[in-house]
Amino acid sequence: MSEANASATRITPGNALRPEDIALLDTKPSDAVAQYALWLGDDALILAQRLGWWISRAPELEEDVALANIALDQIGHARSFLTYAGRAWDKTEDDLAYFRREPEFRSVHLVEQPNGDFARTIARQFVVALYQWELYSRLVGSSDPTLAAIAAKAVKEVDYHRDHSIQWILRLAQGTDESRRRMIAGLKLTWPYVEELFTDYPLVDELGDAGVRPSTLREPFDAAVRAILVEAELEPPEVPGSVGGGRLGRHSEHLGYIIAELQVLAREYPGASW
Amino acid sequence: MTTTAIDAGSRANHDDAGEQQFNELIAQDSRIEPRDWMPADYRKSLTRQISQHAHSEIIGMQPEANWITRAPSLKRKAVLMAKVQDEAGHGLYLYSAAETLGTPRDKMTEDLIAGKARYSSIFNYPVLTWADIGAIGWLVDGAAICNQVPLCRASYGPYGRAMVRICKEESFHQRQGFEILLELANGTPEQRAMAQDAVNRWYAPSLMMFGPPDEDSPNSQQSMLWNIKRFSNDELRSRFVGMMVEQVRALGLELPNKEVRFNEETGRWEHGPLDWNEFKEVLAGRGPCNAQRMERRREAHEEGAWVREAAAAYAEKQALKHAQAA
Ligand SMILES: [Fe+2]
Ligand SMILES: [Fe+2]
Repeated sequence: MSEANASATRITPGNALRPEDIALLDTKPSDAVAQYALWLGDDALILAQRLGWWISRAPELEEDVALANIALDQIGHARSFLTYAGRAWDKTEDDLAYFRREPEFRSVHLVEQPNGDFARTIARQFVVALYQWELYSRLVGSSDPTLAAIAAKAVKEVDYHRDHSIQWILRLAQGTDESRRRMIAGLKLTWPYVEELFTDYPLVDELGDAGVRPSTLREPFDAAVRAILVEAELEPPEVPGSVGGGRLGRHSEHLGYIIAELQVLAREYPGASW
Repeated sequence: MTTTAIDAGSRANHDDAGEQQFNELIAQDSRIEPRDWMPADYRKSLTRQISQHAHSEIIGMQPEANWITRAPSLKRKAVLMAKVQDEAGHGLYLYSAAETLGTPRDKMTEDLIAGKARYSSIFNYPVLTWADIGAIGWLVDGAAICNQVPLCRASYGPYGRAMVRICKEESFHQRQGFEILLELANGTPEQRAMAQDAVNRWYAPSLMMFGPPDEDSPNSQQSMLWNIKRFSNDELRSRFVGMMVEQVRALGLELPNKEVRFNEETGRWEHGPLDWNEFKEVLAGRGPCNAQRMERRREAHEEGAWVREAAAAYAEKQALKHAQAA
């Protein structure tokens, strides 16, 4: 699509919104909405960065393809959210992804967690996908039309991520003794970072109907998780929740390494275009 | 093996009607399908070629995947991820095509990991800079297209059809590689130097992707008679050089070989000598990255074993459950 066509693009349901279209919008988000877009964009970006590692290392070729698919969807969501956030401060998606420092990121600790073995990655995927599905399926009703449009595209894709992780939870939990042991261990390592997803930081009060209040997602999320764990004959892990703080820029020790790798080339050649 | 199996085997090898039909199909330039009779050597040679091709797609994911986390813009990151994903898909189509000849994918994977099967030597060179990602798309995918477009008409149906799908995607890859280089060539002096350096390093290895010169390529002849291969290694290489000459001009870069020229008499593009000793060394496993690529494939395969076992065990349990419920 040429740029001239892109500028004429209207946000309507069924008309998938691309980051290039968002960059050309007339509307600027409020500072609060832009901050909120950073939350969601950074989650997607850091998760994509983690998942990208699996491509060429997955347990079977079909999984190289599946995990690449999920990573690609997440990078797409990240690009849309970051492009929109950047409209508030005259910054591009790449300015935000490549030239912010660690404390300026707003990702949750969950997406920063290491891949570990395949079971640990699946446990993380399971939590993220179920959470994102609950979130995006409500964000489609946002009073902010751009957020609503991004969510409308994202929720369809995340529906597949949800299905992918559930299928693997069932297979690993009920496959062999080893896979069950690993699945239980993966869930246990992941569970401390669940609570942070549902914390209402003060920004939420400034969003009005533009955003979704995280705490309202807890119940439907728990119900969905419970149903799958029952089917897989697994117990929810009993581990204390971690305090989190990613939304405030207080991250896990992992994020520094992730963004070092993400940003190295762009920062070696500041001002260059690629 | 029992006596009957031997009898059946030798009968199959002397299926006169089958052989006649095979020869007719080849003479008419028609397609051979999996159920058709085919000479044992045809089957063996194709299995080797298709599985090597599949292994190349899979090993070829590694050098580019190394740059996914470092891609310098989010758009380039997405494009690169999609490309590496396409290569996994190509591997899958090709393994399926090879399976129709009777060798299961597991066996082919084991041969690769045991070092018994080959893959394209090009992937044993290191990918050192971002410009290499451009040069690989432009030169390596470009050479692959020159090699593979004629394979869309290969006499073996499943192979030809797999190649049609693959070639479409490879041409996207080539264009994306070209775009990366173009952006760099028009960028800062450092970016421009990075692009030229990558072209310098990938030029000769990509020319060698077409295989040894015709006089040193003993298998090619039979492959041409069977309508698998349509053009000789040197013919394809010369055609590729011609394309590169034109495109490198559009990039504003140079090919590192000063002897590249069009020969009016033969109507072919010529180039300076290539270091076939280096080619043989890399082929023999002594390239810069052979050990690293094999190690990574082996590691992924072995560390994934428990996952594949779990999936198989689960599928079996589910099947049993359904059988009991029925
Ligand atoms: Fe390919
Ligand atoms: Fe390719």
